[in-house]
Amino acid sequence: MAIWIEEDAKVLVQGITGKQGMFHADKMVEYGTDIVGGCTPGKGGQTVDLQGKPYPVWHSMTEAITATDADATVIYVPPPFAAEAIMEAADAFDTIKGEGVIVCITEGIPTLDMVKAVAYVDNRPGVRLIGPNCPGIITPGATGGAKIGIMPGHIHAKGRIGIVSKSGTLTYEAVAQTMSIDEGQSTCVGIGGDPVNGTGFIECLAAFEHDPQTEAIIMIGEIGGNAEQEAAAWAAENVTKPIVGFVAGATAPPGKRMGHAGAIISGGKGTAEEKFEAFREAGIACAMDPSELGKVLLESLKTAGLR
Amino acid sequence: MNIHEYQGKMLLRAAGVPVLEGVHCTTVDEALNAYDSLGSKVVAVKSQIHAGGRGKGTVFNPETKDIVMEGGVKIAFSKDEVNTYATNILGNLLVTIQTGEEGKIVNNLYIEAGCDIAHEYYLALLVDRDTKSVLIMASTEGGMDIEEVAEHTPELIHKVVVDANIGILGFQKRDLGMALGLSGAALKSFGKMLSSMYTMFCAEDCAMVEINPLVRTGADEMVALDAKVSFDENAEFRHKNWDDLRDISEEEDTEIRAKETGLSYVKLDGNIGCLVNGAGLAMATMDVIKLYGGEPANFLDVGGGANEEQVKTAFSIILEDPNVKGILVNIFGGIMRCDIIARGVIAATEALSLQVPLVVRLAGTNVDEGKAILAASTLNIHPADDLAEGAQKIVALIGGGQ
Repeated sequence: MAIWIEEDAKVLVQGITGKQGMFHADKMVEYGTDIVGGCTPGKGGQTVDLQGKPYPVWHSMTEAITATDADATVIYVPPPFAAEAIMEAADAFDTIKGEGVIVCITEGIPTLDMVKAVAYVDNRPGVRLIGPNCPGIITPGATGGAKIGIMPGHIHAKGRIGIVSKSGTLTYEAVAQTMSIDEGQSTCVGIGGDPVNGTGFIECLAAFEHDPQTEAIIMIGEIGGNAEQEAAAWAAENVTKPIVGFVAGATAPPGKRMGHAGAIISGGKGTAEEKFEAFREAGIACAMDPSELGKVLLESLKTAGLR
Repeated sequence: MNIHEYQGKMLLRAAGVPVLEGVHCTTVDEALNAYDSLGSKVVAVKSQIHAGGRGKGTVFNPETKDIVMEGGVKIAFSKDEVNTYATNILGNLLVTIQTGEEGKIVNNLYIEAGCDIAHEYYLALLVDRDTKSVLIMASTEGGMDIEEVAEHTPELIHKVVVDANIGILGFQKRDLGMALGLSGAALKSFGKMLSSMYTMFCAEDCAMVEINPLVRTGADEMVALDAKVSFDENAEFRHKNWDDLRDISEEEDTEIRAKETGLSYVKLDGNIGCLVNGAGLAMATMDVIKLYGGEPANFLDVGGGANEEQVKTAFSIILEDPNVKGILVNIFGGIMRCDIIARGVIAATEALSLQVPLVVRLAGTNVDEGKAILAASTLNIHPADDLAEGAQKIVALIGGGQ
C-alpha cells in the first residue's frame, strides 16, 4: 500500500510531445513508472520514443483513458493552457472511470484559472488534483516504482515514511534526511506553492494515517496562508502516527513574494513563527534546520517505539 | 504587480464603477491646471506611491531629511493651497507605515474633485486561499485599517464567496448591501458596483481590488474614493497593457533584472549572499544562515533548470550588493545536475574575479562529479556536505555575525 498512487499505477502524460513533457516522460520510464502514453491535441496517432521504445499519443484525454484505462495523468502543459488541461483530464476520468489522479507540474498558471479548475475538479469527487507548481508524487517500489513528476528518482527508496511538502527541493532534502537514518518512503507528495491548488496538507495527513505502510510523517510548509496551522490542528485530533515538521521562511520579510506565488506574509499573517508554534501545539516534532529532519525523525521513531 | 490609485480608478471607471473626476499630474503646473479644469472648489491632492497609509504619512526633503509636511494626501480649499501641497509633495520623500523608514519619492500626483460624504465603508475583492474562490469583503468601518477591524470587531466584516463557475448572484449583492445597512437607491447602486467590479476583477486578472473608503454620497450613490489594485503576475502573458501601467521606479532594479533572466531574487539586509535552487530551499537556506548566527543578504532561486549563464547572472546580481561579504551556494540537484552547477560556479567566479569567500554545498544528481570538479579547481571554494555545515562555514569565514 501507499497513498493514491500504487507502485504499478498506469500513467498518462499531457503535453508529452513538448520539450519538458518528453524529457520527464523519459525519466519516468527510466525510473520504472508504467507510462501508457500521452495526450497532445492535434498530435493524436503519433508516437513518442521514451528509453528507446515508442509510446502512443492521443488527441484527447477521453481517447487516451478509454484506450489505456490509466489511473493517473501528469501535466507538463504551458501556463496558458494548463488549467484547461486539468479540466479536460478531470472530465475524462470522471466520465469514464469515476476516478483518477491528476498531477499538475506547471508553474505560473493564472490564479483565477486555478480558481475555476479547482471548482471544476471539486465537482467530480472521484478525481484528485495534486499541484500545480509542484514536483509531483512518487511511490518508490522494491524495484522501480511510480514516479509521477520531476523529482530525481534515484534518491528515493521504498519504506515507511510519508512526506508532504509545499516545496520541491525541500522535499528532496527531506527524502535525503530519511535515507541518512536508513528509512525509506511510502509516498512523497509535493502539493505545490501556489495560493490556489488541489490536494492540501490535511488530505495527505488523512491518507497517511490510513495507509498501513506509512508509520511516520514529515510535513514541510512555508510562509503564506494558514494551511499549516489548520493541518496541525487537524492532526492533533486525528493523526496517531508521529509527525516531524519544518517551515521555510523564518527570515522572509513581510509583503515580499518569495519565489512561490503563495509564499508571502501579508498583513502580518502567515509567518513561519506562527506555523512552528501551531506545529508545536499539535505535538509535531519540529526541526529548525532541514539538515536536522533526520535526527528529529529518528528521535520521534524511538519515542514511538518504532526503532 | 501593484498599480497607482489613479490607474486603478481609470480601470474602475472603464468598468462602470463610479469614481470622482480626477487628473493625474507630474508637475505643479499640471496640478494647478487640474484644479481649474475640475471646477470643484474643494479638491484632494493625493500622493501616488505603491504603499498604503499615505494620508497619515510624513513628507521629507530627500537630501536634508527635514520634515516638509505632515500627510501625503491633503484637502485643498483653493488654488493657492493646491500650489503649496503639490510643491511640498512632488520630488520629496513620503514615509508611511507601509514604506519603511526609507520612504518613497513621489513623482505622481492625483488631483481629485471633492465629494459630499454621508458615510464611509470598506470593500475588497480578493482571491481567498481557504475557500479557493474570489471573496468579497465589506464593512461599515470605512477608512480604517481593515486588519485592525478584523482583529477587534470581526463581526463588522461581512463576506460573500463567489462560485467561480456561476459568478456573483443577485441575493449575494443584496445580502452584502443590507449587511452594510444600505437601502433604496444606495443598495441598488452598491449592487451595480459589485457586478462591475467583479467583472473587472476577472477580466483584468486582479489579485486584489480594495476600496477604502467606499463612500455613500448625500445623493445615495456609492463611489470609490480610493482604489488599491494589484494584478496576478502569472497572468501577465494575456495583458499587454500591463507594461503601460507598470511603474518601474516602484520596483527594485535588480529584482526586475533577475526576473528577466528567469531568476527569482529578493534583496535583504544581511551580508551573506545565497544562491539556491527551489523557492522553499532558498528560504530554508536563509533561515539556517540566521540560525547559525549570520544574516542573509538575499533570497535567490535559480529555478529548476538553470544553465551556466544564469548561474553567472545570479552571482553578478548577488555581488552588486556592497554588503555581501560571503556567498553560500546550496543546490539539491534534481533536473539540475551538480556537475553543470559546479562548472557554472567556477566560470562565474573566474569571470567576476570573486573576492569574497564562497561555500558550495551540492547534493543530488551527479553530486560526485560536481564535487570532483570543484576540488580540482585552484579557486578558493569551500565545499560542504549539508546545509548546516555550509551555513556554519560561511558564517565562520566572514568572521561571525554582523
